[in-house]
Amino acid sequence: MLRYTVKRLLQLVVALLGLSLLLFAWFKSLPGGPENRMLPDNATDQQREALREALGLDEPVWTQYGEFLGRAVRLDFGNSLSSGRPISTELADRLPATIELSLWAIAIAIGVGIPLGYLAARKRGTWLDFTAVSGSLIGICTPVFFLAAMLKVVFSQNLGWLPTAFRLTPGTDYTDVTGLRVLDGLITGEFDVAWNAAMHLILPAIALASIPLAVITRITRASVLEVLGEDYVRTADAKGLKAQTIRGRHVMKNAMLPVVTVIGLLLGSLFAGAVLTESVFSFGGVGSFVYAATTERDYPALMGFILVIAVSYVALNLIVDLSYGFLDPRVRVRS
Amino acid sequence: MTLAKIEKLDRLVEAGVEARTAEGGSLWHQSLRRMRRSPMAITGAAIVGLFLLIAILGPWIAPHSSTAQEWGDEVFLNRNIFPGPRAENWFGLDHLGRDMFSRMVVGARQTLLVGVVATLIGFAAGAVVGGVAAASGIFGGRWGQRIESVIMRSVDVALAIPMLLLALSIAAMLGPSLTTVMVAVGVAQIPIFARLLRGSMLAQAHSDYVMAAISLGVPKSRIVISHIFPNSLGPVIVQATLVLATAIIEAAALSYLGLGNPDPGSAEWGTMLADAQRFLAGAPQLAIYPAVGIIITALGFTLLGEAMRESLDPRLRREQ
Repeated sequence: MLRYTVKRLLQLVVALLGLSLLLFAWFKSLPGGPENRMLPDNATDQQREALREALGLDEPVWTQYGEFLGRAVRLDFGNSLSSGRPISTELADRLPATIELSLWAIAIAIGVGIPLGYLAARKRGTWLDFTAVSGSLIGICTPVFFLAAMLKVVFSQNLGWLPTAFRLTPGTDYTDVTGLRVLDGLITGEFDVAWNAAMHLILPAIALASIPLAVITRITRASVLEVLGEDYVRTADAKGLKAQTIRGRHVMKNAMLPVVTVIGLLLGSLFAGAVLTESVFSFGGVGSFVYAATTERDYPALMGFILVIAVSYVALNLIVDLSYGFLDPRVRVRS
Repeated sequence: MTLAKIEKLDRLVEAGVEARTAEGGSLWHQSLRRMRRSPMAITGAAIVGLFLLIAILGPWIAPHSSTAQEWGDEVFLNRNIFPGPRAENWFGLDHLGRDMFSRMVVGARQTLLVGVVATLIGFAAGAVVGGVAAASGIFGGRWGQRIESVIMRSVDVALAIPMLLLALSIAAMLGPSLTTVMVAVGVAQIPIFARLLRGSMLAQAHSDYVMAAISLGVPKSRIVISHIFPNSLGPVIVQATLVLATAIIEAAALSYLGLGNPDPGSAEWGTMLADAQRFLAGAPQLAIYPAVGIIITALGFTLLGEAMRESLDPRLRREQ
């Protein structure tokens, strides 16, 4: 296990180095170089030269890469071209919003998906099963941004039930503790803020949850069906155990491993979904920042985001893979 | 997570091998017979067939031009007036006064093209990477195995990078265009195809016919190219069908992010859906038509792909 962990850690370092090299090469290959993007069109050659020197662009490529890497390790990605603020500050300000949204989405997906998948498997062949299966297939095939936009049009603009955008009604006073607004409101006792934030979260969270929900429902159903057919479930039934015990101890416990796996796999699509959902609801998270950075060609910001997300994604990936070793003894033996 | 992804791919490979050895006869023949009885496969095939028909015949069956702004004087953007369905224009008019139905019909071809080209890019590059890895692993001796190991470790690393990040970087590098979208979506699929093909080829390497070819003195390159490779394609084709569905959806998402086709004249469902977001409050139908088109098409390819995978994988069949 230790050897495996070390091996995976080394792989992680190599992967991140490779990615940083790729990003750096990409940054260097931008048409005209970054200095043209940062200067007005009528800049003189002297100004151009001065900026190149200030940015260290006159140094050899390897020195530049070394410096880029050194700064990246210290989370210094330079300033955003569009706002002029440091990119790490921008990201730190926005990360809690994305985390809050993702947590809600995953909570909805798990809370609805696992019971639904279980029911579909138990009532196999009924209308409930059919609806769950076809609904989840359609969910997987629906573009997230379209669903988000339709939810917004129907429930916010036409029915007026829920707010159309932002994390709170503009002008609301709130105390910042963790950056997760609902949790903050509950901690500080500002229940109106918590309620306000929750109302703003419902639609984006449902839109973001659509794909994870569909996938979790499908996997739970397939996994429960497989376990229900196992001999040990029949044995448990035959020796007269209570239905509750069989469901909890025998069926769900064994059916959950593929589900846990797939939840880990979904994190990648959650990042992608967050970018799309947040841009529809102007949610002010990392996602809308990236959307703005992409449309405005704010390359340093985009690069900083990609590095931060890649590091957290690869690290999460490692944690999930290592946790299999504890969840499933078979993985330990194989590695 | 990577482990999980890898396991899923490896299982598909195993399924391909098992289906062959378990019942004898041609793999495709067996699968086809099973798929004919599956409602999922039939629905999927019907949707895909209809879509292909429209994509091929599109320009000839469209009642009006997809680009000419024939009814431009009947649309008022600032007052949110978009004439809806009527006898002449079945789906109404778009924001430039073009016939929406014709745009949908003509757009099917471009949409299919985006999906197919993206999948082909992923497939071709993945086949080269996976094929080289497998070939050097099988016939390259000690050094070949080292090369294989290096290639496959890099592939595993690439599997860990979220697709949208990859696509965003590529799209930002190449500038917005339909080509960008296709390349971005395609490149993101390379590691999946590489891993799948390499596994599938390694599984074939121990078959009797490969042994026979070696004993007959067939050159190694020829064994790889004309014996092992064609026989390893089963699981890869299943995956390609599923990827095609993803590619169409992802392409729409990239278009929405402003990385797609900047040309307002062209008819492509993803671009149309992205364009329609501006008029969502007044004319949601402009978004709904292309979105429903994308959903149904993706559904068709997914159903077909899943049915193919099920017919290959005896374990999955039992579960369903």
